[in-house]
Amino acid sequence: MTDAPLLEAEGLVMRFGGVTAVAGVDFSLGEGELHCLVGPNGAGKSTFFKMLCGQLKPTAGDVRLRGRSIAGLPASRIARLGVGVKTQVPSLFDGLTAMASVRVATDAVLPPTLSKRRAEEALERMGVSRLAGHVVGRLAHGQRQLVELAMVIAQKPDLILLDEPAAGMTGAEVDRLGDLIVELARSSSVIVVEHDMAFIRRIARTVTVFNQGRVLAQGPAAEVLADSRVRDVYLGKDAA
Amino acid sequence: MTLRDALGWLLVGAAALYALVAVPTGGELTTMINGSIYASYAILALSLALIWGYAGILSFGQAAFFGLAGYVYAVAGLNLESTPLAAVIAVAAAAGFAALLGYFMFWGRISDVYLGVITLTVSLILYRFINQTAGEEWTIGAAPLGGFNGIPSTPILAPPGHPDEPFLPEQIYVLAVGALLACYVICKLAMATRFGRAVVAIRENEGRAELLGYDTRRYKLGIFTLGGAIAGVGGVLFANSVFVSPNMFSLQTNGQVIIWVIVGGLGTFAGPVIGCFLLMALSTWLGSLDAGPGFAVLDPNLVMGVVLTLCVLGLRQGLLPTALALGERLLAKARGTRGRGAAELGQPAEERP
Repeated sequence: MTDAPLLEAEGLVMRFGGVTAVAGVDFSLGEGELHCLVGPNGAGKSTFFKMLCGQLKPTAGDVRLRGRSIAGLPASRIARLGVGVKTQVPSLFDGLTAMASVRVATDAVLPPTLSKRRAEEALERMGVSRLAGHVVGRLAHGQRQLVELAMVIAQKPDLILLDEPAAGMTGAEVDRLGDLIVELARSSSVIVVEHDMAFIRRIARTVTVFNQGRVLAQGPAAEVLADSRVRDVYLGKDAA
Repeated sequence: MTLRDALGWLLVGAAALYALVAVPTGGELTTMINGSIYASYAILALSLALIWGYAGILSFGQAAFFGLAGYVYAVAGLNLESTPLAAVIAVAAAAGFAALLGYFMFWGRISDVYLGVITLTVSLILYRFINQTAGEEWTIGAAPLGGFNGIPSTPILAPPGHPDEPFLPEQIYVLAVGALLACYVICKLAMATRFGRAVVAIRENEGRAELLGYDTRRYKLGIFTLGGAIAGVGGVLFANSVFVSPNMFSLQTNGQVIIWVIVGGLGTFAGPVIGCFLLMALSTWLGSLDAGPGFAVLDPNLVMGVVLTLCVLGLRQGLLPTALALGERLLAKARGTRGRGAAELGQPAEERP
């Protein structure tokens, strides 16, 4: 771990017509950090997430990866710089098999001699080797999530962005995913957007809470989640 | 290689052997002239099978590259000593034009529907333009463009170094069928590479491919240019089988090629070639059934429309994928096991619902 941040966002703004979805967010992520973004629906988390990975071009502000500005770069360029993304709704190659899908991911970063082996390793790591020959479009939702994660980790990115990775998974799958994310954070920096508070408490070291397009609170998970303002806007005043 | 792949190559090899050895040995001249035309059109169908079936790019104007290459070949052939050189220039021109058009479409992030409209419009502009080139002022060197009559003096390919010994129709037939086989092999090999796998993945989910680091514009441009070059090969061979005319760019030609691909089977290479040969043969046969001077028993265009409608309604995946699926089901039944679906990279279109 080094002191210099891996990722920095400064004064990030995103407007859609007259609606301001993200209103001047500052954010910093260190090497090897596991950080969760939380907040109620419409808080601006996903918009912020999409600006980080190049799916949206910010209206104003800057995003820097290792000091290099990446705001507004195409998603493919940002991916090439070592950013892996798992989207909220599983985004897969539905007509291909799980193995072929992960091969597409490894082909992008590895020579042919290593590509297949890495793809096999990624599927094994996600516990879905048995699905290698299955067409992705016919898999259950939780299995699709795992195949998409296999595609992401197969590239061994420096920064992994996960948008609601546990959605639609069974309890056992969520447990395994939690362990995997913690393990991933040993070699990569990870940002997780998530709603499941139990899951966040389990994996998060640092948390940023979004509300109405702004950062409401930021810091160590235990402190932030105990903050009364956070409980009011996100969990509700009656939360335990 | 899977059993299915091996069987596919075996059947293609057998068909090529029949077309290249058996037909020239005992075939009539008209059969071989028709065969040259069919093979030229089949190459055009193959080019659309590649960019539409595998890359998901629906070009409604694929005949633009076919016709352009034909005209460039005719003009270059009439002005240069070497017809092989003219053929190379023609294919390069078709590929270059596809690259230029593709650059503006893919870098401009044109959506699928508009892409179809733009390609068709380009083809029809070329059709209109060539149609009005009847005057003497439309002569390039020794080549009059000829307006709606085309260029009947289109030169026939000759061996390098022997410009006065043009190929005979039988030799053009062998050349056309050989080129069809070569283009088929090129398409298959291209899709087996990393480039091909990426192209299929982009068709499946362009956004995900970008998130994995693929600049999808480059891959789409690459496959579109290859498709343009293959259509160009078809155009050059058509020019040698008949002669070039504005009909090469026409709406009917553009429509026919789409029908061949749909009927034969989108997402396969052999299917559109089979579709082209079957429908061309049907069209030729229908046209030969005279019901009196100037009248056909059945209008071939009407029959083509009915065939397309029946295929879309009854054989949604096309002839070849339907036949393959039927064969696999029968095989599975014979083995007493239930077939498990598993698409392989390069054949995913057959797995679509």
